[in-house]
Amino acid sequence: MSIKGKAAISGFAEMAPQKGAGNITPLGIIANMAREAIADAGLEKSDIDGLLTGWALSDYSVLWPSVVADYLQIRPAYFNQVELGGASAAGMVWRAAAAIEAGMCNTVLCVVGDRRARARQMPPFPSIEAEFDAPYGLIAANPGYALIAQRHKYEYGTTAEQMAKVAVDQRKSACQNPSALFGNKEIDIDDVLNSRMIVDPLHLLEIVSPCTGGGAFIVTSTERAKDGPHNPVVLLGAGEAGGHSSITHARSLTTSLVKPAAEAAFHMAEVSPQDMDFVQPYDCYTITVIVTLEDAGFCEKGEGGRFVADHDLSYAGDFPCNTHGGQLSFGQPGLAGGMSHVIEGARQLMGRGEGRQVKDASIGYVNGNGGIMAEQCSLVLGV
Amino acid sequence: MGDYTKPLPHPNEVSQPFWDAAKRHELQIQRCNACGTYIFYPREACSECLAADLIWIPVSGRGQLYSYTIAQAPTHPAFTDDVPYVIAIIELEEGPHITTNLVGCPIEDVTIGMPVVAAFEDVSAEMTLVKFRPE
Repeated sequence: MSIKGKAAISGFAEMAPQKGAGNITPLGIIANMAREAIADAGLEKSDIDGLLTGWALSDYSVLWPSVVADYLQIRPAYFNQVELGGASAAGMVWRAAAAIEAGMCNTVLCVVGDRRARARQMPPFPSIEAEFDAPYGLIAANPGYALIAQRHKYEYGTTAEQMAKVAVDQRKSACQNPSALFGNKEIDIDDVLNSRMIVDPLHLLEIVSPCTGGGAFIVTSTERAKDGPHNPVVLLGAGEAGGHSSITHARSLTTSLVKPAAEAAFHMAEVSPQDMDFVQPYDCYTITVIVTLEDAGFCEKGEGGRFVADHDLSYAGDFPCNTHGGQLSFGQPGLAGGMSHVIEGARQLMGRGEGRQVKDASIGYVNGNGGIMAEQCSLVLGV
Repeated sequence: MGDYTKPLPHPNEVSQPFWDAAKRHELQIQRCNACGTYIFYPREACSECLAADLIWIPVSGRGQLYSYTIAQAPTHPAFTDDVPYVIAIIELEEGPHITTNLVGCPIEDVTIGMPVVAAFEDVSAEMTLVKFRPE
């Protein structure tokens, strides 16, 4: 018994990221996304009997799912917060499917929204990291991913040019995405390598930009989804993996938890990586994409740098990867950054990719990643 | 030393022995009496067998540089004057990994795998941080 094929994404909504804090609260964004996603799925608010949401850094509290249910005035029969950092949205998809298959509810609203957080609004980070990492400047995500990138270069000879190529190709797709924060101008490898070095070996253009935004999608049974206006995007496989918090204590810096997560997802879906028409891997940094593609099985371990150099990752290329531009070019509006990969996967499979539509896309891989490669959730979606 | 503005550890009853040892310029970590595993960061139960039977023991302070990044922009505003600085993961001779700063090494000479040894930095009257330098 599995949830393979049992549930589908039937509609979605996504706010164009804004650079500044904006004039809107996370709950206001969530309400807008809920209204638009429900309408997109051809439903009424009263059809929603499940709710999955995730924290907003700019309005952080306990009991957040009830705060959201109250604000939206919905009465879920199943509700929770998915707390997997950037993997939260991907994690919502299979949790919704499982709840539906278990008979707990019929239609789940998955929604997140956040405002660009000021440092003083940030919630506390884990006490062990405050004690043993922060005093040395290992704070937040940038240096953690730099430690991964440096070790990857050492073990596999990955080059700065190869890492930069990820940002360059994804930018091509972003230029076909009117919502992308950085979608006005293509860049080349020199632009990336000449951008400011932040945490060696990562340059400014290899690092996501925090911003304001939100997203939502509706998960319902595959049968119900067939009554909606769009081709249902069916969950074919899901896998999840965790096991560290501080990157210092990860079992490996270079072989990530994507490996077990992706293996489980492909196993459930009974397909292989080579069957995918596109991939939407979480891309907080360029190195994240390289490690994810290796561990998900799109190339051999250590070959990720050469792989991205040898393939055209743009929407029109031979290996479409992050066809919305990735968070590197789309922006990272809190947890909606991770949700952007799920929504882009659904968008492509519904044939709503407009100027960046991947031709004949019928199956794709989505990966959510939280913390410093600490939470992984892989999905196989298809139509 | 009274004007140290960077984040400081706030030891608790479990971790206090680590920082007390650091203040004496000694590196101590835990080891499990049940299975022999060396443990870092300080815990109340073994990370391998979950036995609540850990003892503090002095270790060599030697290890090798497992990975590093050179912060060319501060990773926190309080580190602004330190740029560029090296954030590192050390693999201790006994096995566990520890976050630190590599000090006493020109940036161009930093290489993964280089042998390092603990170097203690008294940053306030109460607190000594455990940094590492080339051996």
